[in-house]
Amino acid sequence: MTMQTPLGRVRGLGSAKEGVTHWWAQRVTAVALVPLSLWFVASIVRLAGADHALVLAWLGSPLSAAMMILVIVATLHHAQLGLQVVIEDYVHREGLKVAAILLIKGTAILLATAAIVAILKIALRS
Amino acid sequence: MPSDPPAAAGSPSSRPLSPHLQIYKPQLTSVLSITHRLTGIALAVGTLLLVWWLVAAAVGPRAFWNVQQFLRSWIGYLFLFGWSVALFYHLANGVRHLIWDAGYGFELKTVYLTGWTVVAATVALTVLAWLLALFFIGVNP
Repeated sequence: MTMQTPLGRVRGLGSAKEGVTHWWAQRVTAVALVPLSLWFVASIVRLAGADHALVLAWLGSPLSAAMMILVIVATLHHAQLGLQVVIEDYVHREGLKVAAILLIKGTAILLATAAIVAILKIALRS
Repeated sequence: MPSDPPAAAGSPSSRPLSPHLQIYKPQLTSVLSITHRLTGIALAVGTLLLVWWLVAAAVGPRAFWNVQQFLRSWIGYLFLFGWSVALFYHLANGVRHLIWDAGYGFELKTVYLTGWTVVAATVALTVLAWLLALFFIGVNP
């Protein structure tokens, strides 16, 4: 689905050089995060006070591991899109703005990678 | 009518300026709006704790014990409580935003109704989550 005007579609670019891509990605991740974050909160509440063995048993199930990876990816994608807007709103020095946005996006990618490797390590241990 | 405020230094025009943000009386709408952004930033910071927790669980019992020690300190509980409030608020108000994105709920009465609904949902979900968490703390090994 596209929400661009016919002219925008032909030109392929908006004033921000990306049309509604950013806005749309933020909404898609937001919709996904409604069920994902409710599942996440329910899981964490269920694990309150749990020891290491119980956490490993929980994350060792394929369903928990798959859901947790989706939570991580959707959350960090949504977060870096949102933080980018905050930076664009308040940081007006061009160099600093670009550096801050790169830092945010790089950090999100590093965190997501670390979390996914950790989840898979627990889920795939035999 | 009071005289117009002076133009800002360097302003090319002597037209009156819009009052600064501090002059406006805080209203539910504006307070909820900035709270959405603030809780979003807080939740982004909170992902650091989540990733630390996951990585520590994968590394081993010793690393996991360190996270547990932090989470079970008073500052850990404060962090988790703040995180839960921020998450429930951002979730509830996020749904409100999605309803706006679909083109509904812009009448002033509806805006205030959904705004107070978000506040009530945040309180209710936070209380429910912590009551259940305290129950499971007593049950889990």
